[in-house]
Amino acid sequence: MTAAVSAPAAEKKNITGPSFRDVLRHPVKGKLLALAALAVVLVPAGVTLWGSGSWPGALHVDISGPLDDANRWVIDNRDSHPLFLYFLLHLSNTATDAVGGVYDLLRSMGWLGVLAVGVLVAWRAAGLGRGGAKVAATAFGAFALCGLLGMWDATLLTIALMIVAVALAALLGVLIGLAAGLSDRINRALRPVLDTMQVLPAFAYLLPFVLVFGTGTPAALFCTVIYAAPPMARLTALGLRGADPSVLEASASLGASPWQRLRTARLPLARQQMLLGLNQTIMMALSMVVIAALVGAGGLGEEVYSALSTVDVGKALTAGIPIVLIAIWLDRTTAAAGDRIGRGVPGGGLLHGRSGWALVAAGVAVAVSARFLIGGAWPEAWTFDISTPVNKAQSWITEHLSSGVPVLGGTEVWSEQFTVWVLNPLRDGLLWLPWWSVLLIVAALAWLVGTWATALTATLAMSAIGVLGVWTKSLNTLSQVLAALVVTLVLGVLAGVVCARAGRLERWLRPVLDAMQTMPQFVYLIPVVALFGVTRASAIIAAVVYALPAVVRITAQGLREVDPAAMEAARSLGASTRQQLFQVQLPLARPALQLAVNQGVVLVLAVVVVGALVGGGALGYDVVKGLSRGEMGLGMTAGLAIVCLGLVLDRVTQPTARKRP
Amino acid sequence: MRNRTRTLRTATAVVGALGVLTLSACSAAETGKSQDAAGGEKTVKLTVPSWVGAQANTAVAEYILEKELGYTVKSQQMGEVLAWDALSKGDVDAIMEDWGHPKEEKRYVEDKKTVVKGGDLGVTGHIGWFVPKYFADAHPDVTDWKNLDKYAKEFATAESGGKGEILEGSPDYVTNDDAIIKNLDLDLKTNYAGSEAAQITAIKKYVKEKKPFLTYWWTPQWLNAEVELVEVKLPEYKEGCDADPKKVACAYPNTPLQKFLNADFAKNGGEAAEFLKNFKWTTEQQNEVAQMIAGEKMSPEAAAEKWVKANESTWKAWLPKK
Repeated sequence: MTAAVSAPAAEKKNITGPSFRDVLRHPVKGKLLALAALAVVLVPAGVTLWGSGSWPGALHVDISGPLDDANRWVIDNRDSHPLFLYFLLHLSNTATDAVGGVYDLLRSMGWLGVLAVGVLVAWRAAGLGRGGAKVAATAFGAFALCGLLGMWDATLLTIALMIVAVALAALLGVLIGLAAGLSDRINRALRPVLDTMQVLPAFAYLLPFVLVFGTGTPAALFCTVIYAAPPMARLTALGLRGADPSVLEASASLGASPWQRLRTARLPLARQQMLLGLNQTIMMALSMVVIAALVGAGGLGEEVYSALSTVDVGKALTAGIPIVLIAIWLDRTTAAAGDRIGRGVPGGGLLHGRSGWALVAAGVAVAVSARFLIGGAWPEAWTFDISTPVNKAQSWITEHLSSGVPVLGGTEVWSEQFTVWVLNPLRDGLLWLPWWSVLLIVAALAWLVGTWATALTATLAMSAIGVLGVWTKSLNTLSQVLAALVVTLVLGVLAGVVCARAGRLERWLRPVLDAMQTMPQFVYLIPVVALFGVTRASAIIAAVVYALPAVVRITAQGLREVDPAAMEAARSLGASTRQQLFQVQLPLARPALQLAVNQGVVLVLAVVVVGALVGGGALGYDVVKGLSRGEMGLGMTAGLAIVCLGLVLDRVTQPTARKRP
Repeated sequence: MRNRTRTLRTATAVVGALGVLTLSACSAAETGKSQDAAGGEKTVKLTVPSWVGAQANTAVAEYILEKELGYTVKSQQMGEVLAWDALSKGDVDAIMEDWGHPKEEKRYVEDKKTVVKGGDLGVTGHIGWFVPKYFADAHPDVTDWKNLDKYAKEFATAESGGKGEILEGSPDYVTNDDAIIKNLDLDLKTNYAGSEAAQITAIKKYVKEKKPFLTYWWTPQWLNAEVELVEVKLPEYKEGCDADPKKVACAYPNTPLQKFLNADFAKNGGEAAEFLKNFKWTTEQQNEVAQMIAGEKMSPEAAAEKWVKANESTWKAWLPKK
């Protein structure tokens, strides 16, 4: 491999014939040459010391022993140790009380009261105009459907958990974001922490939380908060940093103290970014609903989870749809509020400012008092059952599509071919590579897209995987992630291009993308297995479905934001549509495409664990096994390996962020 | 001017948010108290495991506790080891069906004494390797492990790389299969479905297409009423042959399924604790309820109600003597 890396550089030197110094100055060749030189020294040393092939056993540190010990210590001491009695138990009780309190409040408002709050707040937040009416209609439809599906009570419980979790996550996020936004040093130190929080599979830290807080609301709540806080922190910091310097200068020159400047200039300027962060936080929190149910959080997640044990797709979908609806309601409301900030504050009037809120409060009060007339629970007669027809449709589809389709062959045949011709060779190829060559490839890729620091981080993360003793499993997972990533990018970029060119299609596609992103994967696991069988291909399908919407959105957005002047110029020069796309739009949208790749990686990796539930095996399976068997060492080791893989993949796909000062 | 409106609005929002928080804090405190007052000794917390057989136990116990003994039952779905942990902490009062967790049993029952045995459930569980009946009928000798290699090609899939595939279930379940395959030197490879739902879906799919397959499976299981499976005989189980997980080369034992109670609950749980200790029924009775839940898609409550109404003599014997 050393030869393979250094050969192209040497060859090019002979062909083009520049002097050695020129090669060193050339950014790509220089880096490769330096790396090759380093490799020539280090690789033979490594190989003679530890041998070639798979990761050397001598360089392996077992951390599962200490982790299992820690596990035991917690179990033995949690009833008596002061840390638990005076601190953690208080946290746990407060969490239970808060969620229980919000739930009771919602219930005491009656169904009409909750409906009124949802609709009127959406209307007010979206600006009371025609746009507001649309958002309010969406909210009304969402709540009404939740009730009609017979999921009213479970929906309330989930909303209660979401309100507390999102409030906590937002608070935590704003605090972290403030620190990172105001101090460069904290920002640098926090970045890897936030990265880790986002890539670390929730399953991996579910177990320690359960040990400390017990099953039930607290563990679920804290896991959700950890998972959902990073976007709020990131976007708050971004908003604070992006503030227009001239405004800050002006406010400083007016004699404002740093605190006044923060309050009157920086925070208001960052408001739109912060609202976007809130929006992302809500979405992330909602995606944890089912995982939270695994530790006994109740609500919609538990309905989905219990439907799985009887393989009842219809019932799972009945509980999954309200999750999507809540997501759509909250997304539209916060997005509309964000847009309004962007447009500036409209002039005062009867329906604006405080009088608007007063109207909302009055409406809610009327609706709440209506509960004494019509009762608090959603009327039983107003529900209908969709599970039977859904189950029938599902079995018809899987029966007719899985095999024996003329010409196309059917989904089962595809998944078999994909496994045999793509996944197996990819996995075997990665496993065949000697350990040092994998490190070299990672280093080279990371160095080419970033700085030497990027390369060092990526290489260290890759080595950490070997040291943890899960080299083989990690490469197996890596092969699945790479395959899923390629499929996601091909489909996502194609769909993104189509969306960017046909605006109407995108409007039609939006709810579909929303549903794909927020529908708990557990709901479609059964149809996926029925169609594709218990194989790694099924795991990849689950990952693609989850990661696709983000890639489509980012691509479409990037293409649409290409400078209209450049497009106009291309058109006036007589470029065909194809030429416009390939020679103007796509090259100009390169940053967006790179972001799409990066987001694709993060999202695909986030569902590796879910993929293990349908035959993905490898690291994801170890995480699930660690959680369900209480083997903390096993689960945490695999979880850490997933984080390391995430760091490696993130570093080799994130060029622009590195170069920015 | 605009700035002032903004400040005002922010202030209103903050006051509103604080108001909601205070409100929720108030009602939260009340909930805690009212739960204690209303619940007290009259509340029982049960865990609902993920498989349907155990859901049947819990549903029937819940129904009788609520309707006959006047308790409030809170049931919560969670993983098996998590349930043991919760049982030890008192978050859960009883586990109605346990398939054997020696590690947890030693830790909580023997060492910490926070959990006590609740007696036999009456149902005997058995894990094994199974093939579909249509395949066993066509190839009768497949039911002996010695002949499995002969059929390895038939069981092969894209995942098993030329070897025969044995389908495994959820990581929750106890399995020695990798060791058995290695120690018996079989031409087989495990494929972990990762969840019971995925495994059942895969089995149903195979059966619909009448394809041969080999799977890790167990009885009692509601699916056995829909799909006929035949067990493959592994080398006979002898006491202690599965002592070293790496050296197992024998079949799985027959496990009399156990109930476990939280120690405090067993002592102070009154009628409920006594009832749960007395709860004992047969494999057939459990399957009847499980089939109603899984096969006929009835809700657990409805299935329990139907069974309780039809089998009064059975459960009357479980009630505490007065």
